[in-house]
Amino acid sequence: MHKEAAIREPLILGHKTYHDITEDVCKPIEDKAPKTWYLLFGIALIIGLYGVGCILYLLGTGVGVWGLNKTIGWAWDITNFVWWVGIGHAGTLISAVLLLFRQKWRMAINRSAEAMTIFAVFMAGLFPLIHMGRLWLGYWVLPLPNQFGSLWVNFNSPLLWDVFAISTYLSVSLVFWYIGLIPDFATIRDRAKKPISKKMYSILSFGWSGRAKHWNRFELVSLVLAGLATPLVFSVHSIVSFDFATSVIPGWHTTIFPPYFVAGAVFSGFAMVQTLLLVMRKAMKLEAYIHTKHVEYMNIVIMVTGSIVGTAYITELFISWYSGVEYEAYAFINRATGPYWWAYWAMMTCNVISPQLMWFRKLRRSLLFTFFISIIVNIGMWFERYVIIVTSIHRDYLPSSWSMHYPSHIDLGVYIGTIGLFFVFFLLFARYFPVLALNEVKTILKSSGESYKNAPDDHHPEPTPAPVEAAPVAEAPVVEEKKEEASPAEETKADDNASTEESEDSGKLNASAQLMSAIGPATEANKDDLKKLSGVGPAFESALNAAGIYTFEQVSKMTKKEYDLMDSITGKFPGKAEKEDWASQAKELMNK
Amino acid sequence: MADQVIYAMYDDDDVLKDGAKKLVAKGVKVEEVFSPFPIHGIDPIIGVEQTRLGIFAFIYGLIGLTLATIGMRYFMIVDWPMNIGGKPSFSYLENILSFIPISFEFTVLCAAHGMAITYLIANRTLPGMKAQNPDPRTTDDRFVMELRASQNKQFTAEELEALVKETGIVELEQKTI
Repeated sequence: MHKEAAIREPLILGHKTYHDITEDVCKPIEDKAPKTWYLLFGIALIIGLYGVGCILYLLGTGVGVWGLNKTIGWAWDITNFVWWVGIGHAGTLISAVLLLFRQKWRMAINRSAEAMTIFAVFMAGLFPLIHMGRLWLGYWVLPLPNQFGSLWVNFNSPLLWDVFAISTYLSVSLVFWYIGLIPDFATIRDRAKKPISKKMYSILSFGWSGRAKHWNRFELVSLVLAGLATPLVFSVHSIVSFDFATSVIPGWHTTIFPPYFVAGAVFSGFAMVQTLLLVMRKAMKLEAYIHTKHVEYMNIVIMVTGSIVGTAYITELFISWYSGVEYEAYAFINRATGPYWWAYWAMMTCNVISPQLMWFRKLRRSLLFTFFISIIVNIGMWFERYVIIVTSIHRDYLPSSWSMHYPSHIDLGVYIGTIGLFFVFFLLFARYFPVLALNEVKTILKSSGESYKNAPDDHHPEPTPAPVEAAPVAEAPVVEEKKEEASPAEETKADDNASTEESEDSGKLNASAQLMSAIGPATEANKDDLKKLSGVGPAFESALNAAGIYTFEQVSKMTKKEYDLMDSITGKFPGKAEKEDWASQAKELMNK
Repeated sequence: MADQVIYAMYDDDDVLKDGAKKLVAKGVKVEEVFSPFPIHGIDPIIGVEQTRLGIFAFIYGLIGLTLATIGMRYFMIVDWPMNIGGKPSFSYLENILSFIPISFEFTVLCAAHGMAITYLIANRTLPGMKAQNPDPRTTDDRFVMELRASQNKQFTAEELEALVKETGIVELEQKTI
């Protein structure tokens, strides 16, 4: 089983059992949806339908309804496309890259992040399609035999690479997501009471039975798909950046684009995950699974990728001067001081300064602040694309054709509409799909669950933690205290104070009896070499033996209270055992 | 042929694993284990071999790469070479750089989908299939071990039951199939 350091914050808070996890995730699906869900769904649906209306108007009338002109031939359409693709990078990064790095905290967030990815890529894919103007000829992007003398698509073009990259990314993410969903659909199927939902979930779960061989394959498939998806994530946004980087437009043809776009994509993707999950964990009462530590981890990713993005901005600026190319230099001077200066500085503030605030532990652990910053980053990343696209082309080589871009209400409607549609999908997901990867979260319960982690005996394969372990002990108060030991921090503290006072009052004999009842008796016959514990010499060992401590098993059960008892009996090196964390050491030694 | 099946239910994965270890050491054949999540380390105990799906994925990837190469060579070199600033357009190798992104994407596409389809077929998990777990709780928090009388002929049914009962089960079910 996966072992984790005791000092790490548990990933699952509270005293959860396997059944509790199922219950917590399935309840929102089985219960009636709350009124707020209907309200949000209604709002999202109206906005989404308005967007669909705008798209239909656009298809009927032509791309001319967008605020484009002959200088600015690409504006909000491609900005929104890149923005959505970027957002769609976090999910697969979380589930693939973090799986390869064995980051267990991903398990609480990967399902919903992947759902977000898929819906975001849907929205992204919409823009190139409607941008074609004649949507019904969309299949022309595929290399199909045709009547035009067999004229093929151009495989030298990054726009065609994009077609392949985005469609591969979408379909592979979808498969990856669904394969993880199958066992969880089976869980819902086996709990379902209503015949319709039973039927639906049994179709969705493909008859999953959880056989050992199935799980064996499941784990390998997840691993290999993660291995395939990892380079895919990096390739997709690199290829998106080629749309610009392989052109001859000053401000676009920079070699820094691929890594810079990938970092920016992860940056914006994580920001969107934060926006969604901070609300979802509250609304669906998943605070025990997605808590401050997860938010902090994600904020660290935001900070790192935000710093990469910031470095890239500054590098770009420096190179435009250092290259000595006047056109390049002008493009950047124009960005910062030209008519679009506000967009440039909005981008700089949102993307360079705001992630740096995450260096403060207090701020990155504050949920409200995180939510605020995540919105700021989402806005900033939209401006980044707008700055790159519009400000680079609005003043081209010929000053007589210089122009400005003013979005039409259709531009706005399509963009807002995709946000609405995205939330329609996401709300449906949150309502009908297990939002937590049940089967994965259950595998980390014993290594990262709070009750298992703090229990003094987590090496024992006991179904329930501390309380059961303490059951055989005769004295009732000890049982009580054991239970308290594994509960939230403040209570433990209070309890510790009480027990210290208690042990001071009682005599040595009483202390010895208490110690034995807590850690269990042992004899010299099966004694371990206690000298292996740090700070124990032969003299100390015999003192411990005299106190009745012979085995690592006994030591491993010790908590603060037992340490104090032991110190009061042996009278040597008070506090040593606690400082060195003998219990963990003993656990290690026992398992050798 | 009628066969006696014993379903031993556990409420903890580690107890089941230890139980399986003990039973196998005594010569009992464990037919199957049903669990709500992968129990790490159970496969070698009950004799489940490591899957070969990884090899399949590799083969599908190679097929994808080959198809992409053949396709792009045909489209861009043989059938309709493009004159781009007079650069050589008659050799695949000299133009390979612009074909790499799509070759890569298509390789991943074929490997991922090929493996996913093989996985579903190998598992017999396809839309409309019936679930076969013996108890609905095995997808929640219960772990079930399946033993068959026909595979454990050296024990009588009572002996088998007694052996299973020693391993910390919470429920036992006997069935004739």
